Amino acid sequence: MNHGVVADFSQETWWISVIKAVAILVFLLLSVLIAIWAERRVLARMQIRPGPNVHGPFGLLQSLADAMKLLLKEDLTVKAADKFVYVLAPLITVFASLLVFAVIPFGPEVSVFGVVTPLQLTDLPVSVLYILAVTSFGVYGIMLGGWASGSTYPLLGSVRGTAQVISYELAMGLSLVSVFIVSGSMSTSAIVESQQGFWWAVALLPAFAVYLVSMVGETNRLPFDLPEAEGELVAGHMTEYSSMKFAWFFLAEYINMFNVAAVATTLFLGGWRAPWPISAINDGMFNEGWWPVLWFLAKLWLVMFFFFWLRGTLLRFRYDQFMNIGWKVLIPIALVWLVAVAGVQAVRQFADVDLRTTLMWIGIPLVVVLALLLLWPEKKAPPEAAGPSEPEEIDAFAEGFPVPPLPGQVLPPSPRRAVLSVTAPAATATTTTPTATTTSDEEASDG
Amino acid sequence: MNPYVPILIMMGVAAVMAIAGLATSAIIGPKTYNRAKLEAYECGIMPTPHALGKGRFNIKYYLVAMTFIVFDIEVVFLYPWAVAFSDLAVFGLVAMLGFIALITVPYIYEWRRGALDWD
Repeated sequence: MNHGVVADFSQETWWISVIKAVAILVFLLLSVLIAIWAERRVLARMQIRPGPNVHGPFGLLQSLADAMKLLLKEDLTVKAADKFVYVLAPLITVFASLLVFAVIPFGPEVSVFGVVTPLQLTDLPVSVLYILAVTSFGVYGIMLGGWASGSTYPLLGSVRGTAQVISYELAMGLSLVSVFIVSGSMSTSAIVESQQGFWWAVALLPAFAVYLVSMVGETNRLPFDLPEAEGELVAGHMTEYSSMKFAWFFLAEYINMFNVAAVATTLFLGGWRAPWPISAINDGMFNEGWWPVLWFLAKLWLVMFFFFWLRGTLLRFRYDQFMNIGWKVLIPIALVWLVAVAGVQAVRQFADVDLRTTLMWIGIPLVVVLALLLLWPEKKAPPEAAGPSEPEEIDAFAEGFPVPPLPGQVLPPSPRRAVLSVTAPAATATTTTPTATTTSDEEASDG
Repeated sequence: MNPYVPILIMMGVAAVMAIAGLATSAIIGPKTYNRAKLEAYECGIMPTPHALGKGRFNIKYYLVAMTFIVFDIEVVFLYPWAVAFSDLAVFGLVAMLGFIALITVPYIYEWRRGALDWD
């Protein structure tokens, strides 16, 4: 097995690296501008409202306008702040967030103006460790920012944020170990190379699930955005920041989303490799040249859409529930899964048994146990107390204000409906609720 | 070229952008003095005097940090073994399973003692 880097960087010169670094920076800034717009549009669609649609086509320039506004705001330093650390914190956060994409492969080798180079800034034998180190470094920004503000809400937000990020980093780190075991490397290009057959998201589904949950906790996003819980902490560690200092925190949050999405893409979703039916076309012509950039971006935005979707769907967790999930659910699952993968891989490699036989020997007892569990006689639940069979008529205005009928209750027939049934019989005929029809029938017979 | 040189270049580019952004807004932004603006934000009321040493927070956060260190070191030890899984063969596997078991004991202890409960 290859422990080292697969991509060939022998032709690299310093100016190619500078061009690539600037390209990554521009790519990230543009992506964030689009992501903020996309998030607001997607969220708006989910909440049945239009979202930003005024500035530019489809409101695309909205986030650019917001960035310009932030740049032109007053850059103030609060009185109680520890001046040096207060300025340093946003710098650290944005600095750390920009570094992750240095080792993310966008594609294989391409030729630009006669220079053949991989679509990746650099790759190390310990790339993923580097990514984890850099993201951990970003936590200092949150912690120092909240502390240096000299204010209560930022302090509480920052200790919460720090505890949250380090807790979820454990689960994240453990879920990645199984990927290293099966691919035998920590270099991103080698991990992408090892997913030629199938994606690790399929083969290592539990690890992928743990990663997906912990990446949301790691980036402080809903439903895990407790450091910035508006109702409790105003804006968490960002409360006392304005202008570009706030913008850097905000930018770093979105870049961090791209970072974890890119790691998910590279480690679990096959990186820049084309998805299965497309990859088989014409001897893998879609896995060469510039095509892989398209697949990479598609997968990246798929994970980003997952973030938006979560935000539109789930409610914020309580802090104790949140810590419970991290320490008592994700870490045990990740540990058990890690041992299981190590065991299966060991049987495969050291005992000379192929994967199918191994999985059969694990699968058959598992199926038997599951079948036994299904057939196990259940304790019968006590029969539920029989509710009132007849719908009960309530006085909606008994308490002085109108209350809606609960299940098993009906409102008395409306006096207005009688008038309607006389003047417009067609309108009453179309009403479908049984109560409405019976009332109109009675009224008709009365009339 | 050394693979770490591009990372240094990336760090340089990132640092330049981060500092340039702050400098730009500090130069072109307006400057108007307002006493209330420079106070700590507490929802509009006069801020309560802050305790010495920049405030206090729950001891629980320390506990999380201490537990984190133990487990983070475990994770970091797992990485080289995972990469060299096939080279280390059965010896590595047994050693690592023993290590994981050893770490699991304090984990269960901590769980049962309630250190992982958030009140």
